Amino acid sequence: MNKIDNLKKYIVKDKLKLDCGKEISNFPIAYETFGKLNEGKNNGILIFHALTGDQFPYGINPITNKEGWWNYALGPNKAIDTNKFFVISANVIGGCMGSFGPSSIDPSTNKPYGSNFPVITINDMVNAQNFLLDHFKIKKLFAVIGGSMGGMQVLQFVSNFPNKADVAIPIACTASHSAQNIALNELGRQAIMADKEWDKGKYLENGKSPSKGLAVARMAAHITYLSKKGLQEKFGRKLQERDALKFGFDADFQIESYLRYQGSVFVDRFDANSYLYITRAMDYFDLTKQFNGNLSDAFKGSKTKFFIISFTSDWLYPTSENREIVIALNAIGADVGFIEITSDKGHDSFLLDVPDFLNSVKNFLNNSYKNIHEARV
Amino acid sequence: MKQEFKIISSLINENSKILDVGCGNGELMKYILENISKNIRGLEISKKNVQECIEKGLTVIEGNAELDLGQFPDKSFNYVILSQTLQAFLNPEKVLYELLRVGKKAIVTIPNFGHWKVRVDLLFKGTMPVTENLPNEWYNTPNLHMCTIKDFVTFCNQRDLKLTKSISLSGKKVSYIKKSNLNYKNLTSELGIFEIEK
Repeated sequence: MNKIDNLKKYIVKDKLKLDCGKEISNFPIAYETFGKLNEGKNNGILIFHALTGDQFPYGINPITNKEGWWNYALGPNKAIDTNKFFVISANVIGGCMGSFGPSSIDPSTNKPYGSNFPVITINDMVNAQNFLLDHFKIKKLFAVIGGSMGGMQVLQFVSNFPNKADVAIPIACTASHSAQNIALNELGRQAIMADKEWDKGKYLENGKSPSKGLAVARMAAHITYLSKKGLQEKFGRKLQERDALKFGFDADFQIESYLRYQGSVFVDRFDANSYLYITRAMDYFDLTKQFNGNLSDAFKGSKTKFFIISFTSDWLYPTSENREIVIALNAIGADVGFIEITSDKGHDSFLLDVPDFLNSVKNFLNNSYKNIHEARV
Repeated sequence: MKQEFKIISSLINENSKILDVGCGNGELMKYILENISKNIRGLEISKKNVQECIEKGLTVIEGNAELDLGQFPDKSFNYVILSQTLQAFLNPEKVLYELLRVGKKAIVTIPNFGHWKVRVDLLFKGTMPVTENLPNEWYNTPNLHMCTIKDFVTFCNQRDLKLTKSISLSGKKVSYIKKSNLNYKNLTSELGIFEIEK
């Protein structure tokens, strides 16, 4: 845990009232930045991570020693060009990469919060990250960008701060978490809580680890990030280092072995309680309901230019749900573009090397920046 | 720059709010954006074309005009443009009414099936016409509902849709279509360009 203590953090001194009613202050937000903030401070981009992401989208994550989660999209000369833009990436509150979360120490007990951590929402995450902008003295960002849960944060950010971003790119997301997605998250949570080692959330103070439950949660979730066609093409019925079925419950099939591996590496980098809290935040996300059933009202008065992106094979946050956002924006005459990218890689497409997607983001960002900030000649 | 696009652009007031339905690769939108109004967006069904529009820095929504115009509020645009696409819809009448609901004015252009070259092809060759404006063969044409300029004018008149401007384009030659010259223009025009109000 020492390594996590050494990560770059901003301590928010202000008070933040959470949706659950509790108030927090003096809490850390772990963050990283990439590129340079220009003199006019108009090239800032805040990117929001997905459920299991962190503040390390680019380069090598110092905790996991693995490549950043958005290495395809972000970096010098990439879609989000760090030669041009100043990118801020923060770990959400509720997370486990240094930001205020269930594994943080509760000063009143000197033990990790565990299940005593307050239930947080997407709204709380966004409000917390907004403090970072004060820290960098950025009055208006050029862009807010994120996929999946990151996309939900983009929508909430523009709704909360209507004129704090020139452009917004919500990717593969929804304005209202569906019953299917709540069900899938509940499956993961039940797997964690069914593990005896979870210990009612007190595993950290009691030296335990619900790694089996967390691994199952990850395995189930991982399937939802892929597509049937993608799985079939990559694995089919191929066997794992054997010539014939073994008539047992070992990993006979490559797909089984792959999922077990995904589960096992996940538990090394992720906190089970964070998984519970963050999935809960996603389930509670319903921007339409926040505005009494009219999603358009969430964006009324915003001059932000939207670019919404979905993927053909994403069944977790399908095109239809992304299109709802487009429809709500069109209803109020907002500036909105939309494209559905063809890809067999499922929901995970936004994290992968999908050239049509990466080119769209790059062209949209570069053209928009040129039109908004460089056109005054 | 196509002559057709120049004429369409000349019909539009500066700084109006415009929707280009079936905007293709965005050539017309780009011209309008740079010369007439920044407040323009497109609706386009082809993913490849949407990509090209984004490359040009245009605001485009991927979608199908027959299904997706419903999301725009009444009279939310000053002009809705439909360039040489009406004949390709399953239900052109419904689309035209949608254009006139969403836009205060619609600018619609149609390839004229009454042009003499088309008539000659059918009359003497006995084959489905293939011309510069109608380059496809009968088996691969996207055009489901071809019509002549006269058909279109009659269609609008029967429904009390006001044709506030009717322009004929033949090669580079631009002229007005009037009641008195309708039969002649129906023979000589390659393209009809109409500004319509409800």
